[in-house]
Amino acid sequence: MNKLTERFHRLKENGEKAFVAYIMGGDGGMERLKEDIFSLQASGADVIEVGVPFSDPVADGPVIQDAGLRALEAGTTLSTILETLRVIKAQVRVPLILMTYINPVLQYGVDKFALDSENAGVSGCIFPDLPLEEEGLVTGALSKTDISVIRLASLTSPEERLKRLAEDSEGFIYAVTVKGVTGERAELNAAELEAKISKLKTYTNTPVLAGFGISTPSLAKKVLPFCDGVIVGSKIVNAFHQGKREEVDELIKGIKGLALTVK
Amino acid sequence: MKMTAYKMPDQHGKYGAFGGKFVPETLMNAITELEDAYNTIASTDEFQEEFTSLLKNYVGRETPLYFAKRLSEKTGGAKIYLKREDLNHTGAHKINNTLGQALLAKRMGKNKVVAETGAGQHGVATATVCALLDMEAVIFMGEEDIQRQKLNVYRMELLGAKVVSVTQGSRTLKDAVNEALRYWVTNIDDTHYIMGSVLGPHPFPQIVRDFQSVIGKETKEQFYTVENKLPDYVVACIGGGSNAMGMFYPFIEDQGVSLIGVEAAGKGIQTGFHAASLTKGKKGILHGAYMYLLQSEDGQIQEAHSISAGLDYPGVGPEHSYLMEEGRVEYTSVTDEEALSAFHLLTRTEGIIPALESSHAIAHAVKIAAELPADKSIVICLSGRGDKDVDTIRKAEGRAEHE
Ligand SMILES: Cc1ncc(COP(=O)(O)O)c(C=O)c1O
Repeated sequence: MNKLTERFHRLKENGEKAFVAYIMGGDGGMERLKEDIFSLQASGADVIEVGVPFSDPVADGPVIQDAGLRALEAGTTLSTILETLRVIKAQVRVPLILMTYINPVLQYGVDKFALDSENAGVSGCIFPDLPLEEEGLVTGALSKTDISVIRLASLTSPEERLKRLAEDSEGFIYAVTVKGVTGERAELNAAELEAKISKLKTYTNTPVLAGFGISTPSLAKKVLPFCDGVIVGSKIVNAFHQGKREEVDELIKGIKGLALTVK
Repeated sequence: MKMTAYKMPDQHGKYGAFGGKFVPETLMNAITELEDAYNTIASTDEFQEEFTSLLKNYVGRETPLYFAKRLSEKTGGAKIYLKREDLNHTGAHKINNTLGQALLAKRMGKNKVVAETGAGQHGVATATVCALLDMEAVIFMGEEDIQRQKLNVYRMELLGAKVVSVTQGSRTLKDAVNEALRYWVTNIDDTHYIMGSVLGPHPFPQIVRDFQSVIGKETKEQFYTVENKLPDYVVACIGGGSNAMGMFYPFIEDQGVSLIGVEAAGKGIQTGFHAASLTKGKKGILHGAYMYLLQSEDGQIQEAHSISAGLDYPGVGPEHSYLMEEGRVEYTSVTDEEALSAFHLLTRTEGIIPALESSHAIAHAVKIAAELPADKSIVICLSGRGDKDVDTIRKAEGRAEHE
């Protein structure tokens, strides 16, 4: 069992919901990536999702786009991120997952990517532009490792497709909460989301987490009753960029506190 | 001389290893719906009748296949024919595709469309059919291209489209595609994306090719009527590859016809400032498809460079990528300078001002024509007219100060 699955088992035993923090790898340089990971770990994040910058991130809104550009300008590559993660591996207790568009992986070499990610302590990967139909590109190489391929499900996925997504899903299922790109939202349609997530849950025991647009405890509170945790991205990326670590700490504690009471 | 029946893409939307559907999950349902709609609607008599009738009476098809006598004489070799896509309504081949897609979108119950544009030709063609069919159009265009193509921006606005300036990334065509895709994800329920070239996730490359293949079909018949045979060479410029694919597709099984695609070599293929994705690129994934791309070692997409905004894209459609690897189509490139001189050549010898994009095809065709005997024939796809480029050329040639 990999670190990610282990973590979800423990959360379930304790009746807790998961808090997944997204950061952009290399935004502010590699030293900052290390600091970000350690501070999220100290604040109680359950999983850390490290974004790999890409020149053309079609699934992302302005905050993550800008962070990606800053990271690229700082010289970040998939290879420098993996190397940094490898160096701090022994100090990282939280499961790490990578979120990367597929082209950098392809150019790095899928087999080498699988191997180096495993050596860097990565326990899951999210490829936002690799739907079910194209997953075969990476599953061969990744199935030789302990790394889970985390699938995305969306509000537009019809039922038959949700079933296929849920079957043999690994790690967790990333339920995209909005029709749109990443970024903070003032509101979200909880009823529509609940219907999709309940459907997913009839097909699998894999945890289902909600992400895209969740930035506050009050939004988290709306979705936590029917999912297994939340993923927060843009809000954290922004706060770290502005050097407001305490804001992230408060957010994590706020949402984790909620998560204990909403079950 | 027929090769075995050419049947691409396969049921997964692949052209050999190329193509596919590399898009966010939120788009998958729309893409599947589009594929179903295309397969069930586009082949019906009702659809074909309306499409064909509008192509004839609104777009002005069929376009002439013109024997360029003076150009042929001046070149001193093979006979050169021009397929006059420049005579289409709005001045380029782009409208063949926008009309087809807009009619399809209407039948899918989608009354809004989003599109990207580089030079503005696809944007204008989209805005035009939206005015015709009473649909809403939102067009994304890079801030840099808006500066370069101010008149086309105004044309789109006159036609009732909303033009959105894209300030992300390199502020050109590839970033406009990114933003159009993001807009589509966000407005997926009532909006259709009119992709402007044989790019993007399946089924777009196929749909665009099929709607553009009227170019090649007409050419084949027209040439046969005059010459009672097939042409020896067919030459087209390649941006994303739609005019070329539309021209080549009906000739693919005719092995005796040499098909040549001409990319933009910009300031020169060795300078790094070019748009020659097939000649100089590497395979990768962008905007939903596996294809040849200009990219860095670690997979970041690079900017393309060409004097012609319509060729300024760092990738070439999956089917071209496939046809190159299969060896069925030959791909070459032409510099800004060569394209400019071909532009002047055609303008002066035939009184036809070609688009800068099309000038790339002319430049290469003239090169090979000169080496061929007089009983050989070359057809050039003259994809568009050059009115939109006059200002660019004036500036490039330093005439701006002498007004
Ligand atoms: C006149 C003309 N020709 C060619 C192109 C290149 O596109 P494609 O390769 O898809 O035909 C454009 C694009 O704007 C154009 O306007």
